[in-house]
This record gives sequence, C-alpha cells and structure tokens, in this order.
Amino acid sequence: MSAHSDHESAFEPHHAHSHHGDAAGHGSFKSYMTGFILSVILTAIPFWLVMGGVLDNKLLTAVIVMGIGVVQIVVHVIYFLHMNARSEGGWTLMALIFTIVIVGIALAGSLWVMHHLNTNMMPMTHEMMKNMP
Amino acid sequence: MFGDTSLTQFIFGRLTWEAIPYHEPILVVTFAVVAVVGLAILALITKYKLWGYLWHEWFTSVDHKKIGIMYIILAIIMLLRGFADALMMRLQQAIAFNGSEGYLNPHHYDQIFTAHGVIMIFFVAMPFVTGFMNYVVPLQIGARDVSFPFLNNFSFWMTVGGAVIIMMSLFVGEFARTGWLAYPPLSGADYSPGVGVDYYIWGLQVAGVGTTLSGINLIATIVKMRAPGMTFMKMPVFTWTSLCTNILIVATFPILTATLALLSLDRYVGMNFFTNDLGGNPMMYINLIWIWGHPEVYILILPAFGIFSEVVATFCGKRLFGYTSMVYATCVIMILSYIVWLHHFFTMGSGASVNAFFGITTMIISIPTGAKMFNWLFTMYRGRIRYELPMLWTIGFMVTFVIGGMTGVMLAIPPADFVLHNSLFLIAHFHNVIIGGVLFGLMAGLVYWWPKAFGYKLDPFWGKMSFWFWQIGFFFAFMPLYVLGLMGVTRRVSQFEDPSLQTWFIIAAFGAVLIAIGIASFIMQLIVSFLRREELRETSGDAWDGRTLEWSTSSPPPDYNFAFTPIVHDHDGWYDMKNRGYERPLEGFKPIHMPKNTGTGIILAGISVVLAFALIWYIWWLAAVSFIALLTVAIGHTFNYQRDFFIPAETVAATEDARSKLLAERT
Repeated sequence: MSAHSDHESAFEPHHAHSHHGDAAGHGSFKSYMTGFILSVILTAIPFWLVMGGVLDNKLLTAVIVMGIGVVQIVVHVIYFLHMNARSEGGWTLMALIFTIVIVGIALAGSLWVMHHLNTNMMPMTHEMMKNMP
Repeated sequence: MFGDTSLTQFIFGRLTWEAIPYHEPILVVTFAVVAVVGLAILALITKYKLWGYLWHEWFTSVDHKKIGIMYIILAIIMLLRGFADALMMRLQQAIAFNGSEGYLNPHHYDQIFTAHGVIMIFFVAMPFVTGFMNYVVPLQIGARDVSFPFLNNFSFWMTVGGAVIIMMSLFVGEFARTGWLAYPPLSGADYSPGVGVDYYIWGLQVAGVGTTLSGINLIATIVKMRAPGMTFMKMPVFTWTSLCTNILIVATFPILTATLALLSLDRYVGMNFFTNDLGGNPMMYINLIWIWGHPEVYILILPAFGIFSEVVATFCGKRLFGYTSMVYATCVIMILSYIVWLHHFFTMGSGASVNAFFGITTMIISIPTGAKMFNWLFTMYRGRIRYELPMLWTIGFMVTFVIGGMTGVMLAIPPADFVLHNSLFLIAHFHNVIIGGVLFGLMAGLVYWWPKAFGYKLDPFWGKMSFWFWQIGFFFAFMPLYVLGLMGVTRRVSQFEDPSLQTWFIIAAFGAVLIAIGIASFIMQLIVSFLRREELRETSGDAWDGRTLEWSTSSPPPDYNFAFTPIVHDHDGWYDMKNRGYERPLEGFKPIHMPKNTGTGIILAGISVVLAFALIWYIWWLAAVSFIALLTVAIGHTFNYQRDFFIPAETVAATEDARSKLLAERT
C-alpha cells in the first residue's frame, strides 16, 4: 500500500460530504410559532385549573398538572430543541433516551427508597423526640 | 458607632479580622511557608521574564495537550496539600491516646478530614483523570483538538477556580467540619453557621461547571471527531473508558449541582429541604448526593482501567485479550453504577427489600470488574512482558485492587454493613480501591505517556523507589485500619480511650510515612528526569513500541497533532500501520486550520472565584458586581469572531522535516 492511502487531506474530510441531511434542524417560523402557542396553552391550563378551582378533587388536579407538565416537556423538546430520530444521525435521540432512563432511575429510585424509609422509620414529632429514652 | 458597623458590614459582609486564623500556630506556620514559597516562585517567574510566555503559551492556550498537562500539574499540587492533611490525621490518631488530646483540637481535626476528602476526590483524582483524557483522547482518535477548544480552556480554569476557593479557606475563615459530603442537618445553617460549608458548596459548584463542560466536550470529541475508519469497536480501550466516564459525568454532575443548590437554599434563604423540621428530610440529601456519589467513583476508576488496558497490551506485546468483552464490561459497569447508590446508607432504615435489591446490584458489579481482571491476566499470559515502570504499577494494581474489591463485596452484604458502616473498615476499603486502583493507574499512565508529552522518558530508578514505597506504604497504612474497623473503631474520631488500639494506629502512621517517601521519590523522579533529559531523550515518538495512534506522531506532538489525518483499518491502529509497512508522508502538506488562544476562560474563572468569595462572606454588592461582570465578559466573548487561524503549509513542512531529520539520526 502506498503511504498516502493511510491518510486523507485535512481539507477533504469525508464525513463533510456524506452526511447531508443529518445535521440538527433549525426549525421554521411556523414550527416556532406552533411550539410557542402550544406551550402557552399548556401553561394556561394548569393555572386555570388551580386558580379557578375547577375540579373538586385536589389529587386529580395535581395529577393533571403533572401530566400537562410532561406534555410541555415533549413540546419543548420537539419544537425548540428540534428533536427527531434523524438529527445528528440519531445521536440526539439516543442521548434523550439515555437521559430519560437516568432521570427515571433517579426519580423512581428516590421515591421507592424514601417511601420505604417513611414506612419503616416512624416519623417523629418534637414531643416524641423529647420523650425519647 | 452603629453607622460604622453597618457600613463595614455592607462592605465586608461577615468578613472580619477574626476570620484570619492568626491564633492557630499550625496555620500561621503553614501560611508563612506557603507565602515564602509562593513569593519565591513569583520572583523566579518575574526574574526570568516568564509571565508573557506562561500567559501566551499556557494560560490562554486552547491546545488540548497543554490543557491536559495543566490539569495534571494542578492535580499534583493538590495531591501534596491533600497528602499533608492525611499525614496530619495519621499523626494525630497515633498520639491522641491515654487522655492526650493530640496536637489538633477537634475543631481543626474535623476541617482536616473534610478537606482531605474533598481535595483528594475533586481536586486530585478528577483533574488527574480529566488531564489524561484531555491529553490522550484526541491523539488516540487521530483528531487535532477537542470539539470545543475554548470550552476546554474555560473548564480547566473553572476547576482551578474551585481549587483556589478551597485553598482560600485555609487562611481566610475556616473549612467545613462535616465530612467530605457535608451531610445535613450538620451542614445546615443551624449546626454549621460559619463559612466552612459555604466554602465547600461554592468550591464544588465552580469546579462542577468545569467538570460538566469538559464531560460534554469530550463526549462530542469522541463521537464526532474519530479518524476515518475508526468505528466504535475499533476505538482504543482508553478512549472507550473515557467515553463512558464522560457520559457518567454529564449524567450525574447535574445531580450534585442541584443537591448543593438545594442545600444553599436551606442555608442562605432559610428553606427547609433538608432540615429536621417543617417537612424537611435530611435523608433525601443523602439519597440524592449518593446518586451522584456512586457513579463518581466509577468516573474515577474507569479511565484507570483504560490506562491499565493500554499498558498491559503494550508491555506484553499482544493485542488486548477480549477487547469486545472489555468494552461491554465497561458499559455494563457504567449502567450498573447508577443502581447501587443505596449501599452507602444501608443503615438508614429502608428495610429488607430495598437493601436486598441494592446489595445484589452492588455484588453484580464485581462480575464485569472481575471479567476485566481476567482479560488483563490473559493478555499477560504467554505475552512477552516487559517489566517497565507502567507494568509494575499495573501489577501492583492487580494485587491491591482485588483485595479492595473483595472487601467491597463484603460491605455490599447489608447485615455485614450494619456492623461495618462508618467504621475504619470502610475507610480501608475505599482507600484500597482508590489508591490501589485510581492512583496506581494514574501513576502508570503518567510514566507511560510522559515520553509522549515531553520527549524523554522518566528515570526508572526513582520511579521504582516511588512504586515500592507506595505499594508497601499502602499496605502498612491501611491493613491496620481493616483490623481496627473489624474491632468497631469508627471513622472521623480525633481521640481514643482504649490504649490497646494505639499500636495499630502507629503502624498506620508508619505506612503513611512510607507513602510520603513514595511521593517524595515521585517528585525526585520528575526532577532527576528533567535534569537527565538529554540522556533519557526519546526521538522516535514511539517510546514503548506502542499500539495506538498517539504513538504515530512525534514526541511531543506538534500543535496540530497529525499533519494528515490517519486512516484506521484495525483496532490498535498504529500497530496495524507499522505491520503494513507504513511510511510517513513527507510532502504535499496543506495549511492547517486551528483555533486561536483566548484569555476569556481564565478571566471568567477569575470572576467566578470573586463571585463565590462574595457569596461565602455575604458581600452582596461584590456578588452583584461580579455576577454582572461574568455575564458581560461571557456575552462579550460571543462577539469575538477572530477565533481561528491557519498554520501555513511551509511551517507544517518545516516541522515535519525536522522530525524526519531526528528520525534519520536514529538509524
């Protein structure tokens, strides 16, 4: 093999040409507006639910607010961070999945651990602490 | 009177003359020594007119090689500070018996063990590891620099900034007295009202910015800038472990940042996340900090595993046994390290099912780690082993680390942990894996890549002295702690009642002295090698008959690393090229596009230190000013469009010709 087969010129990096369409998208005016309006709506609903006292059930309200929060995250990720399966050759999507897994582990794990702690270690009031042997 | 006080308070916050510890003789002497040595160094730099050189060639450099070297210099300096703390603790514990208070009062002793832990993890191990990743990864993947060279410089200076904040606490105010993870409620405003914990928080927050950004930078570099032909399964193992480490950094350091931010909210504005009352829960802090803390230990050990893999393959003259299994073991460790954190607090009271889950996941981690150990053993099997220094450190590691691993599995058994939790057994265990694993790996890496970075090998005699003193000193220093731990002695105690324990502590102190000789030999090795550099000169660029791409360039590599981007056909790319009769291209050079140096990184980090100092001492006007300055400089930097330049083809040709001449002289 000739010497130059082990090299390529710095000015003809092969990946510059072969990856058309892989770069992260930049979005259009329309997509930004869609994202903006969706986020405004998704922000307004929780405020309305809480301030207007629309539902009698507090737990249900909390669950709905959290759910809308999750939808809000999805909207941001798609319209503002331009997440899709193609950008950067799939790397951004992979990073997102990894993030979700890690956050899931951290949240679920913490809840599980703290729940067990709460059950096993009886919560103490100041009175009880004072009267401890 | 009143007017004066409030004006002083406005200007200086809670900083008063009382904060300067002139009544502590130990600190005064330390300060005197530091001041004299510091002034001497400054005078020397001024005398030899090196300021311009340092500023233009090093401080503002965006070259990954120089930044890597600076990281390692920072780590070595901080190692001396952290080790001084260790020696003081060993001495204190060896003499504080039979009613003697020792020479350190508990107030001071508690600061020392906290500082020792914080410094050794955050400002020795982390910069050391990051330094190696910075220096070696771009060379191993055939790149000219990292993805974001300016960010790299900024990350480095933020790490330095964190170190400066921690060091400042030695002479202005005090450091935390809480242990290296600052558990609340002890670290809360009620029980630690002073500035100690604030120094801790802001030191780590500033350094944490640097660590996270450098993690992002290196991931981008490894994913996007590999030489053509280098698929993931052809990457050198060190690059693989660096990738996994940086993923861990990016995924976990935000948790540390958030947890410390919550703690600062508790301390600064009276919130109650981690207090005992008003719905706060200190155990939540412990839970969160270990979700970061456990991956952190793998952040440190994985690159060390990578170094051992490179060293074993090179010095046995063989392809690494089980490359694929090595890669998978690394990835499995990376994932598993996220689901073991509770083993740090089995005794918290979360019950049998939780403890069993985390105990089992912890034990499972020993399987991929064990697989790695066998891979190294089988690489050695029937290899032509050259017992040079890096190989010595590697074998020392294999012997030492396995012991630490086994005591780790013991601690992973929840019932056993109830006995051993917070005992010296635990201290012995994690020093066993961190010294025997991380530190030995870093030492092996330093000797291995030194000729690449500076063009001469390190002196073997002093290197062997250092190795043997470290190795033997380690066993003397920490085996007694295993014994003491099994007898129930707890950690972080400054005085003892039971005189029968003293012998063990004296043995441990003796071990620490041996390690001190090891460190002195290491410094001696650097000095002697520098003085004998002409004898030890290594001109081929391939000092150890290496296998990976970093050995294909000159030593030290030119600014642009590779005149032409290499093309990789096999893993162990350079070994493959040598086998196929590779010849260096001697003509056809083109101008090379490079990033320009910039002082913005050091300026931003400097302002961050001022901001942190203002926040620690409640000097609110200074905090506001420095925060605005920080934003201004950062935004101003985005308007700097002159960020790149070209190295002319003639310069490249001249550099390469000089190398050809050197190579010709060899034969």
